[in-house]
Amino acid sequence: MTGAVIIAGYAVRESVRRRVFPIVIVLTGAFLALYAFGVYKAFQSTEPFRTEEIGAGAIVDQQVLFSATLFGLAMFATLFLGTVLAIFLTHAAVRGDTERGLLQPLVVRPVGRTALLGGRFGAAAAVCGVYVVCVYISTLLITHAITGWWPDRLVLPAAELVGAVVVLVGLSLLGSVFLSAIANGIAIFMIFGAGLVAGLLGQIGEALNSGSLKTIATVSSWALPFEALYQDGLNSITADTQGFTRAALSLGPFGGAQAAGASLAPYVLGYLAVLGCAATIGFRRRDL
Amino acid sequence: MAVAFSARGLAKRYGNVTALGGVDVSVEEGELVGLLGPNGAGKSTLVKIGCGLVRASAGQAEVCGAAAGSREARAAMGYLAELFRFPGWYSADEVLELHQRLAASSGGEAERTELLQLVGLMDARARRVEDMSKGMQQRLGIAQALVGTPRMLFLDEPTSALDPAGRRTVRGLLEELRQRGVAVLLNSHLLSEIELVCDRVVILDHGVVVTTGRTEDLARPRGVEIDVDGAVRKYEGATREDVPQIVKQLVAAGESVYGVRVLTSTLEEIYLEAVEADSA
Repeated sequence: MTGAVIIAGYAVRESVRRRVFPIVIVLTGAFLALYAFGVYKAFQSTEPFRTEEIGAGAIVDQQVLFSATLFGLAMFATLFLGTVLAIFLTHAAVRGDTERGLLQPLVVRPVGRTALLGGRFGAAAAVCGVYVVCVYISTLLITHAITGWWPDRLVLPAAELVGAVVVLVGLSLLGSVFLSAIANGIAIFMIFGAGLVAGLLGQIGEALNSGSLKTIATVSSWALPFEALYQDGLNSITADTQGFTRAALSLGPFGGAQAAGASLAPYVLGYLAVLGCAATIGFRRRDL
Repeated sequence: MAVAFSARGLAKRYGNVTALGGVDVSVEEGELVGLLGPNGAGKSTLVKIGCGLVRASAGQAEVCGAAAGSREARAAMGYLAELFRFPGWYSADEVLELHQRLAASSGGEAERTELLQLVGLMDARARRVEDMSKGMQQRLGIAQALVGTPRMLFLDEPTSALDPAGRRTVRGLLEELRQRGVAVLLNSHLLSEIELVCDRVVILDHGVVVTTGRTEDLARPRGVEIDVDGAVRKYEGATREDVPQIVKQLVAAGESVYGVRVLTSTLEEIYLEAVEADSA
């Protein structure tokens, strides 16, 4: 455990002192500024918000529809930025660092390979988690300051976004045991894209009542639970919203809002444990 | 003397390629053993198995009585890889501090100061690794390998990036380690370095030990050279035991003798003979 903590400290320092980190901060700042500008401009063209009846008793709450849609977009961007950071921090953790000669001096120390992997995972998860929470809170405050709207759930969406990024950290760390740095980075981005596309296909399947598309989405969500976490997080920001507003929101541009059920959290924990075991076994068997 | 590192029947195969084909090697405490061999002979593989970086396909390797790669073995050894790098944003002092923590060394600042002095990097203590020359990084690598006062030291090409002064510093350092009873397995292509500091050499070729022993025991007589008035006379086939008789004859013949050299094969000749014989 001590060894893992030392490695985690080393990895956190590495994260902060790498040149990529200031770039991430600058880009995040740019994103937040653009987001604030976009929400403000959209707000100007939409206000005053009304609650309209659009026929047959269907009610649309414009404030919720407008704000939740924009905030859902911000959540997608937060997930994407968190994923980028997760990949940058872990894509070269094992094979990439071995090829660069960074890993050998550490591995020969009496900390053990399991502790080394655990430390790298803990550090990347912590850095990405803090980052995602910060961006989430920033977008939340921006949205509220401009539109006056608060999501129905505040903590759960943030926790699930963090969980989604942590799953991607685990996938990237596992990939780093077997793949070169560039191949692993590309693979994780493709997995991330595949998960999101599967989520969108699921929404289309819901709209068209297509069993095949719904099955693809369900299987993908189990195989890549970061997508299920994102969908559940998106769903929870309007968990108490009812009626046509709710239906309209679930079809939003990045759609995918879907309640996951109580089994998601334990499943994700089990999934991470399996990833950890696979990475540990692969790393222990690897000649450096 | 206790054995600090031993390999018995050590073999390593990468698919169809045999990197090591049953190697027996031992290094005693306080002994400096030079590991020689052409590229691809299996030297680095042997060192990496000793450090636990590579798993052996067969045979056994032990470091200070513990199975190579075990926590106990790793706690007893230090290692300088042939190709290594430290994070560029760390200072020399921070690199050593990190390795002190990983090695559970209680040496603190005093140990770091001593190690930086040993490798001549005291002036660069706060300098970032990315601002160091390759030679300085290699010296820092040697200091890193010595963190936690290891009993067994694996050095893989430790002087490849060093200038002559740096190599001299490392030679002095190795002598100092010998005095302290540290065992060293030194993998190097620089035969002159090995010849100057090592007690014993092990020559590997095609994954097997082709020659091992003390340099002076492996050396073959190459005759005797004698400086006489304005000339050098060479006596092919003569040995050290023949010198008194030869000198007596020269003096009796009225010649003045100014110097006598007993010629033996150099380590380079020993190495080339061993490798060429194996290839043949």
